Amino acid sequence: MLVLESRAEMRRRDVSSLDEWDAVALAFAEPVAPRAFGRRTRAGPCARRPAASHLTFMAAVEPAVAVENLVKVYNTTRAVDGISFALEPGSVTGLLGGNGAGKTTTIAMVLGLVMPTSGSARVLGADMSRQSHKVLQRMNFESPYVDMPHRLTVRQNLAVFGRLYAVPDLAARIAQIADELSLTEFLDRPTGKLSAGQKTRVALAKALINAPEVLLLDEPTASLDPDTADWVRTRLERYRAERGTTVLLASHNMAEVERLCDRVIIMKLGRIEDDDTPSQLLARYGRDTLEEVFLDVARGRGEAAREAAQ
Amino acid sequence: MSLPLSSALMISPHRIGAMVLRYLYLLRSSWSRVLELIYWPAVQLLVWGFLQFYIAQNSGFFARAGGVFIGAVMMWDILFRGQLGFSISFLEEMWSRNLANLMISPLRPIEFVMALMVMSVVRLAIGMVPVSLLAIAFFGFNIYGLGLAFAVFFMNLILTSWSVGLVVSGLVMRNGMGAESLAWTMMFLIMPVICVYYPVSVLPHWLQWVAWSLPPTYVFEGMRALILEQQFRADLMVAAFALNAAYFAVAVAIFLALLRSARRIGSLLQSGE
Repeated sequence: MLVLESRAEMRRRDVSSLDEWDAVALAFAEPVAPRAFGRRTRAGPCARRPAASHLTFMAAVEPAVAVENLVKVYNTTRAVDGISFALEPGSVTGLLGGNGAGKTTTIAMVLGLVMPTSGSARVLGADMSRQSHKVLQRMNFESPYVDMPHRLTVRQNLAVFGRLYAVPDLAARIAQIADELSLTEFLDRPTGKLSAGQKTRVALAKALINAPEVLLLDEPTASLDPDTADWVRTRLERYRAERGTTVLLASHNMAEVERLCDRVIIMKLGRIEDDDTPSQLLARYGRDTLEEVFLDVARGRGEAAREAAQ
Repeated sequence: MSLPLSSALMISPHRIGAMVLRYLYLLRSSWSRVLELIYWPAVQLLVWGFLQFYIAQNSGFFARAGGVFIGAVMMWDILFRGQLGFSISFLEEMWSRNLANLMISPLRPIEFVMALMVMSVVRLAIGMVPVSLLAIAFFGFNIYGLGLAFAVFFMNLILTSWSVGLVVSGLVMRNGMGAESLAWTMMFLIMPVICVYYPVSVLPHWLQWVAWSLPPTYVFEGMRALILEQQFRADLMVAAFALNAAYFAVAVAIFLALLRSARRIGSLLQSGE
C-alpha cells in the first residue's frame, strides 16, 4: 500500500528521523578506533601519525562523513582500494589526486550514487548504501560534469530542485541565493544560454538551495577562468563561514585546495597516500606548495621526499 | 532498492509534483516538442483513414467495418505514444545530464516513476485530443462514442505502455544512451503479434499463444468485437487487466533491479554511451 506523505509530514519526518538516528547512534555507536579518522590505510609513516585534533574531536562528536574500508571494484579495476577517513562537522576537506586516483568514485559512493564493493560510507549517521533516503535532504552536490536542464530558466530549475528538497518559503530562498551568487539578473534566462561561469554559479545555487549540512563538490572550478574561479572560491569560503557546512571537495587545483581546505587527503590509484593539514603536509615533504607535494606523491617520490625532509 | 519496504513505498505528492512541473516547464519552453507530439499521430490517422475510405468503396466488408482501421490506428497510438511519453520524459534527464542531480536528491525511485506516468498521460493528451477531433471531422469516427469501453481500452493500453516504458528506461539508465533507440523500437517488436489491424485468428496457431499472453491483443480484439459486432467483451478486458497487473509488477521489479545494477557499475554518474 502506498503511503501519501504531505510536505508538512516530510518535514516532521526529517526532524523525527534525526532523533531516531541520534538515539540509534548513542545506543549502538561502535567505539571509534583512532584509525577511523584514517590518516591512511596503507602501512607507512603517515599511518602512524594521526592528527591529535581529529582524534580528540572524534571522542566527542559523530563525524559528518565517515568512510570505513571503502572498496570499489569495476570488473578487475580497483578504483577505490580500502580507504577510511572521517570528516568533522564544519570542516573543509580536499580530495587531491591525479586522473583515475578514485576521487570521483569516492564522492559518488559518499553520495550513494555508486554502491561500494565492500566497506561503508556514512553521512550524518546514515549508511549511504541502505539509508540514503534519511539524509539526502540534508546534503547536496555540485559538479561541472553534471548539468541542469538547459531549456529551463534558472528560476525554474531552482524551483524544481527547491520543491524536491522541500525548501520552505521557496520564492524567498531563490531570491536570497540568487542575490548571494549574483544571479538575480539571470533568473529568467534559460540555463543553457549562460556562460560557463554563470552555469557554475547556477549549479552552486542548486547545491546550496537546501542549505546543506554536508556539501560535496567535484572540481567546482574546473574550466573556469581564474577570475571566476576566485569568485566561486570566495563565495564558498563565505558560505562555509556563515553556515558551518561540512565540505568534501575533489580538485586538481592545488591553489584552491590550499586556500579552502583545513585538511587534505591525497589519493593515488584508489588509495590514500597521505592525509593531513596543508601546513603539515608542506612541512612533512619539505615543500613550499601543495603542487610540489602532489607531484612527489604522483611520481612515486613521496617516501623519499618525506625522508629527506626529516 | 535496499530501502525498508515502508520507506520505499512512502511517497510524496509534492516531489512528484516537482518532477511533473519540471517536464511541463520543458514542454512550455519548446514548441517543437509539442508539435512533435501531435503531427505524427495526425499524419498516420489521415493516411490510414483515407486508405480505409478508398478500400471501403471497393469492398463490402470494409464498407461495413467503418471505423475499425481508424480505431486501431488511434488505439495503437495510445499504446505507442504512452510508452514514448514515459520513455522520452526519462530520456530528457539523460540528454540534459541531470540524472545524477535527481538521484542524489530526496526524490525516490517510485516518485520518479509516478511522475513519468503522469507525464505519459499529459503528453498523450496533447497528441491524441487534437487527433481524435480530426477523426471526427474527416471520417466521422468518434472514439469517445465508444463510451465506457473506450475508458477500459485506454486504461489497459496505458498500463502496458508504462510497463514497456519502465523496462526501456531501466535499460537506458543501466546501459547508457547506446540503448536509447529501444525507446522508439521496443513497441514495434510486439506490434505484429498484438494484432492491431487483423484478428488473432489469422496468426499461425503457435503464435496465437504468444498473442494471447500480451494484454494489448485483448484490447484490439475487444475493439473489433465492439465495432463490428456491437458486443463489449468484458471477459477480454478482465484478462487484459490481470495480465497488465502482473506485467506492471514485473516491470517495476526490473526497473529497480536495473537501478541497483546501475549503482553497482557506476552508470548513474555518466550519461553517455
